[in-house]
Amino acid sequence: MNASLDKGVRVLKEMIDAPIASYFASCVHCGLCAEACLFYTETGDPKYTPIHKLAPMRRLYEQEYTLLGRLKKWLGISPPVTDSELGAWQELVYNSCTLCGRCSAVCPVGNDIVYMVRKFREGMAVAGHAPAGVIEATRRTIDLGSPMGVKLHAVKAQMKHVEEETGIAVPLDVEGAEYMVQLSSMEIINFPEYLSAVARIMQQAGKTWTLCSTGFEATNAGIQIGVSDLARTIVMRIVEGAERLKVKTVISPECGHAYTAIRWEGPNLIGRPFTFRVQHIVEVLDEFRAQGLLKTQGMETDRLTFHDPCQLARRGGVIEPQRNLMRMVAKHFVELPEAGLMNWCCGGGGGVSANEEADALRLTAFKRKQSQLEAVHPDRLVTACAVCRTTIEEGLEHYQMKLPVIGLTELIAAHLTAPAAGGPEGG
Amino acid sequence: MREKSGSLMGHLARQGVSRRAFLRYCASLATLLALPPGSGRALAAALATAARPSVIWLPFQECTGCTESITRSHSPTLEGLIFDAISLDYSETLMAAAGHQAEEALHNAMRAGGYLLIVDGAVPLGRDGAYSCIAGRSNLDLLKEAAAGAGAIVAMGSCAAFGGLPHARPNPTGAVSISEVVKDKPIVNIPGCPPIPVVMTGVLAHYLTFGTLPELDKLGRPRVFYGETIHDRCYRRPFYDQGKFAKSFDDEGARNGWCLFELGCKGPVTHNACATAKWNNGTSWPVESGHGCLGCSEPDFWDGGGFYKALSMPADPLKVAGKAAVAGAAVGVAVSFVNRVKKNAAKSSHETATLADLEKSS
Amino acid sequence: MTDIQLLTWARGQGLDLAVAAFLFAVFWRLIEIYSLGRKQDLAAPRLVAGASGWHTVLRRSLPPAGMLKRSPVSYFGGYLFHLGLAMVVLLFAPHIKLIESLTGVSWPGLPSQFIDLATVVTLAALVVVLVDRMTKPVKRYLSTSGDWLAWLVTFLPVLTGWLAVRHLLLPYPTMLTVHILSAELLLVMLPFTKLFHAFTTFGSRWYNGTVNGHKGVAI
Repeated sequence: MNASLDKGVRVLKEMIDAPIASYFASCVHCGLCAEACLFYTETGDPKYTPIHKLAPMRRLYEQEYTLLGRLKKWLGISPPVTDSELGAWQELVYNSCTLCGRCSAVCPVGNDIVYMVRKFREGMAVAGHAPAGVIEATRRTIDLGSPMGVKLHAVKAQMKHVEEETGIAVPLDVEGAEYMVQLSSMEIINFPEYLSAVARIMQQAGKTWTLCSTGFEATNAGIQIGVSDLARTIVMRIVEGAERLKVKTVISPECGHAYTAIRWEGPNLIGRPFTFRVQHIVEVLDEFRAQGLLKTQGMETDRLTFHDPCQLARRGGVIEPQRNLMRMVAKHFVELPEAGLMNWCCGGGGGVSANEEADALRLTAFKRKQSQLEAVHPDRLVTACAVCRTTIEEGLEHYQMKLPVIGLTELIAAHLTAPAAGGPEGG
Repeated sequence: MREKSGSLMGHLARQGVSRRAFLRYCASLATLLALPPGSGRALAAALATAARPSVIWLPFQECTGCTESITRSHSPTLEGLIFDAISLDYSETLMAAAGHQAEEALHNAMRAGGYLLIVDGAVPLGRDGAYSCIAGRSNLDLLKEAAAGAGAIVAMGSCAAFGGLPHARPNPTGAVSISEVVKDKPIVNIPGCPPIPVVMTGVLAHYLTFGTLPELDKLGRPRVFYGETIHDRCYRRPFYDQGKFAKSFDDEGARNGWCLFELGCKGPVTHNACATAKWNNGTSWPVESGHGCLGCSEPDFWDGGGFYKALSMPADPLKVAGKAAVAGAAVGVAVSFVNRVKKNAAKSSHETATLADLEKSS
Repeated sequence: MTDIQLLTWARGQGLDLAVAAFLFAVFWRLIEIYSLGRKQDLAAPRLVAGASGWHTVLRRSLPPAGMLKRSPVSYFGGYLFHLGLAMVVLLFAPHIKLIESLTGVSWPGLPSQFIDLATVVTLAALVVVLVDRMTKPVKRYLSTSGDWLAWLVTFLPVLTGWLAVRHLLLPYPTMLTVHILSAELLLVMLPFTKLFHAFTTFGSRWYNGTVNGHKGVAI
């Protein structure tokens, strides 16, 4: 129980860099970031304006790293950041921000607001101002291995289930396999069809793959709460496993922040580049498609649309692959308005779905997704993130909208051509 | 110099000037002075019967250009008539006498009192006024003595009105204007370097007719001649409004008669009658001849930055700016060092966060 | 001091001081900000054409998909007064002379009637964005005294310049002096208000574009 304002301030002083200084100097209070944020557009409450989430950090930056700010602090004109102020900001920094990054995409002076929120969380968390639900998820991940407390035996049970279902043996700790497959707790518990799908796709593509007993969990609560030291501990499990098993590529599953955690934050957390490649399953599938290794038959005939997970598309750079894959198996693929780079968040990412205090707000914010869907009235919604899936399902239920939600990998797998006996080339 | 007796009309008749010509002159002078209709007759009547008042002209720190300008219109034009309407009892340039005789004329005129005192040139105050002396006495002393008995004072030319060229930076002689020395007499400033002749004669005519000085602006200049800027009466104004500027002397724009703003014309900030009354009896004036207005009827026009610097250009080259940039960079670098130390200290005192750090103890 | 002497001061020593204060503060603040540096990104980059800091510096001047209809006044008002300011400052012949005397560089200007029109449009746009800031909930919530001050020191030079050229309100020498002094006030205040975004926007957009471009996101 060592959280303190002092710790928070010290960490924030480390976090502040030239981009942040430039962003604070550039903000002209135009409010366009609010117009891009679903927590403002669906509530109309200006306190949810994204740049406003950073107010204490701005003052701290000025007081610590600018001549005038130091002068103002010394003269008593600029009040120091207080613990109660950070407490008041908890709702703004955690409950009403999914780190979706839409604000960063629209700011006319170029401010990368989500970059700042992510760094602000470092200070907020060790000052003791992260939400209880997110702290608990982090604790379970550190102590037990996964935020939902899923341990290896649960994974093994799923492996057995998949083997029975598909007749394909799921490899574990196979050294030298080309791909190391990560799983999110959500998939292990809620969407076990993911592992089946991966098994069948890998078989058709003729690729070697493996799970890792010490590093199977893809999610990273450290990223959600925003504490790099803890995120490092968590991601190191994957890195250590991948290096030990000498795999070529680590596959991040249908999850959003897990991809961010390993693909983009990972090397920076551990302080060195990876020796292996990292890809999201959607990237892998699209690569197989481009190489002719993914053979499908038949098309879905109902009206399908795709929800781009924020951490995959806007924050991850994977935007076209999912569309290529959709077009492979969907006869009537329609795009949501503002799909792709500017897609609206489902409202559950960034730790919000783990945060009970944010439930009501999250459901209110879901109206944005609802109106996006209503503009297109699809028969089914496809996505590539397990948390997006559950968040959307909860939202749909709350607003009594009937709309099945499915994952992209399982959709692709459902259309795989029957595996020819003996191998991918047949015969 | 001249006899104090005799009427103007008689004098004119002897010169061969008809009454009709005289009346025409008075009418045009009344128009120039913006007097109400019918004033031409009043002017004529007053001038015709006026006793010729005594006028003393004292030259101080001047170049004699003002005297030159006035006398340019002496003969055969009508301005010269005014000189017949006054008794110019002392004028170093024009009087025939010199030495003691001239001094005696001056003292006789001053003894009578109530004269009109015309002064051109500035008054140097430096070294107790030693920089400009006449007959061993400083201009300052002469001015104070002459001003004491004067009815009114005409500060002729920019030097007398505002200090003029002697007053320009660095003003080594401590030159000042007449109104900085004399505080207790009515003074009319007629600035210009030199002033337009008809401006001078118009003011005198007003004084002769009405016994008072015409309405003055806050710089003591007759509003009727100095009430508007050159810019507001300039015939090239349409080109200014359109943005058609000559870029250099004798370029195409200059030859087309375009606005001379970019060549330093101070017309927009200069009050004078050049654009309407013009010079050399309405022949032309600087802008019409292709040169920008110097601003010569405004105070400190010599220090206005340069005759060829447009009003939107800096009056002087920037002196501190370059050093300020370097100083600013130095401050920035200093702060960056302090920042680096602070950040490194924060980094080195980093305690790896554990789960225990996520919650407070109480 | 007479008004012509005040004008000469404003054009002379006043300008020297204002430009000095401006340059001092700009260099100080730029170094203060950018010397903080940025950690190198060790993740393997995804190279995508059009996704880079430089691209974002330019691209961010356009409204992203869906934003124009959410806040048309912000965009249209903003474009109008920024472009208007640029036109008036850079394409009006007397201003070009000023720039030429300070830098040696010059270029042809626009006819003064066009500049007059641009000035009026700029003034109107500035008033519109002011009203918008006073009435829209988010802008009102965010606005501080710094925002009102920044608006005022931007508005005054445009207004007084227009009044001077048009010979309105005050006698020309005085109006011109007020205009020059208001521009000098803007110079002095710029580095200490949000107006400093005139310099830092490029750095901010560049960082944003670089961090996202590293991931192959053309943001």
